[in-house]
Amino acid sequence: MNNRKISLVILISAIWLTLCSQILLAQEAAPPTGTKFDYHWFDTNRLNVFITLAIVFSAILWFIARAKKGKSLFIRRIAGLDAIEEAVGRATEMGKSVLYIPGIHDMNDIQTVASMIILGNVAKTIARYDIPLIVPIRQPFVVPVAEEAVRQGYLSAGRPDAFMKDNIRFISDEQFAYAAAVNGIMLRERPAANLLLGSFYAESLLLAETGASTGAIQVAGTANIHQLPFFVVACDYTLIGEELFAASAYLSREPKLLGSLKGSDLAKALIVLAIIIGTILETIGVKWFTKLFVVQ
Amino acid sequence: MGAFLTLGIISFLYKDNPWYKFCEALFVGISAGYWFCTVFWSQFVAKLWDNIYPTAGQPRQYVYLVGGILGLMMLLRLVPKIGWFSRWPLAFVVGGTAGAYLIGYALSNGMKQVKSTILPLWVSGNLNATVGNIILVVGTFCGLIYFFFSKEQKGTYGKVAKLGIFFLMITFGASFGYTVMARMSLLIGRMDFLFGTWLGLIK
Repeated sequence: MNNRKISLVILISAIWLTLCSQILLAQEAAPPTGTKFDYHWFDTNRLNVFITLAIVFSAILWFIARAKKGKSLFIRRIAGLDAIEEAVGRATEMGKSVLYIPGIHDMNDIQTVASMIILGNVAKTIARYDIPLIVPIRQPFVVPVAEEAVRQGYLSAGRPDAFMKDNIRFISDEQFAYAAAVNGIMLRERPAANLLLGSFYAESLLLAETGASTGAIQVAGTANIHQLPFFVVACDYTLIGEELFAASAYLSREPKLLGSLKGSDLAKALIVLAIIIGTILETIGVKWFTKLFVVQ
Repeated sequence: MGAFLTLGIISFLYKDNPWYKFCEALFVGISAGYWFCTVFWSQFVAKLWDNIYPTAGQPRQYVYLVGGILGLMMLLRLVPKIGWFSRWPLAFVVGGTAGAYLIGYALSNGMKQVKSTILPLWVSGNLNATVGNIILVVGTFCGLIYFFFSKEQKGTYGKVAKLGIFFLMITFGASFGYTVMARMSLLIGRMDFLFGTWLGLIK
């Protein structure tokens, strides 16, 4: 960041802080009538949640620190990633495009964030093979992020000239208008590979089924449980649930993502342990352990 | 009009055709315009403008300016030199949402799930409950093993993970059937519209 940018950041931060302090002062001076405030810094009823999160976050931070130091953090190869490479390879052989659908949710959905990370890596691979990458988007907020991810991917591959901004297409905010338009893209542009990675809802089967009917190789991934069956049925490979997040960490090798994944692995190990201990104790009639997980 | 558009969309089942293309373009165009107007009136006017310039007697709520400024920063993408400002509202949304959802997810996807999985493997005098509990505990255990990424899925560990994916596939099968039935009801709704409301063949 150059000096001008730093100055701008400082200026905006100062304006921001002034504005916030003014707002707080104004609200303190005239609190809304009829509202009863109940301030609590700590909810003791949720102490167990606090302890669990503290353990998990400590583990995540510890793993992130290890990853930043360059220590090797092992993550097993995810089969779906080979399928993505295979799909891109096939599109290259056929000289056709790759369609990347990042789901229909906004950037506040962690699945969309993971999808953007994978998109960057897919763009990097595609840039080397010189085939078009089409990204239809439903949410306006996702457009700049997708543009940035694809541009970075092309830049990393040393092909910034091959980046085509027009292929990152905002379609429509309306769920089924989006689905109808993406179906149209599948039928008219006939991409050789469809990658459906992100948060999907009722449009999942419409998209996957149309893609299958065009003969494209399809790799899907979502953490939306109710849509997974459709992808399993209609796609060649499906990243199930957390595999989507693991894929983004595996591909990017970003310390923060790797640390989060290893931390969540530790959390799963603790959960498995808790289930084993709890089940044994419940079976022999001891109840206190189960009560540790009761939340209000 | 409704029947014309419904049949146009259904014509997609045959193949891509001009009728479907027309309906698709109409749908996309109208929805884009509709959402623009909706967001303008429900967000910009109702949330920002009306709170900054409220009707007489109401206090001005400047806190809404924060959202307005973030929105403005997002629009700075249109000016390439300072387009990087748009990263701030994005960071704010991603970070803010992650923080807001954290406790909810920790409760619903963590603690409550663990508590519901800790079950006795033997329920005296109730075979159904015993079998149900065993399946639930074993299924959850194997499923968690499948989603453990720090170890290669080989040997006995790999077999347990495979059993986990087996449980998942059974769940997906049941979910698939359930959702397909829901979709069938949507189709029945459209057919009811075509043959009942439009043609009057169904009384």
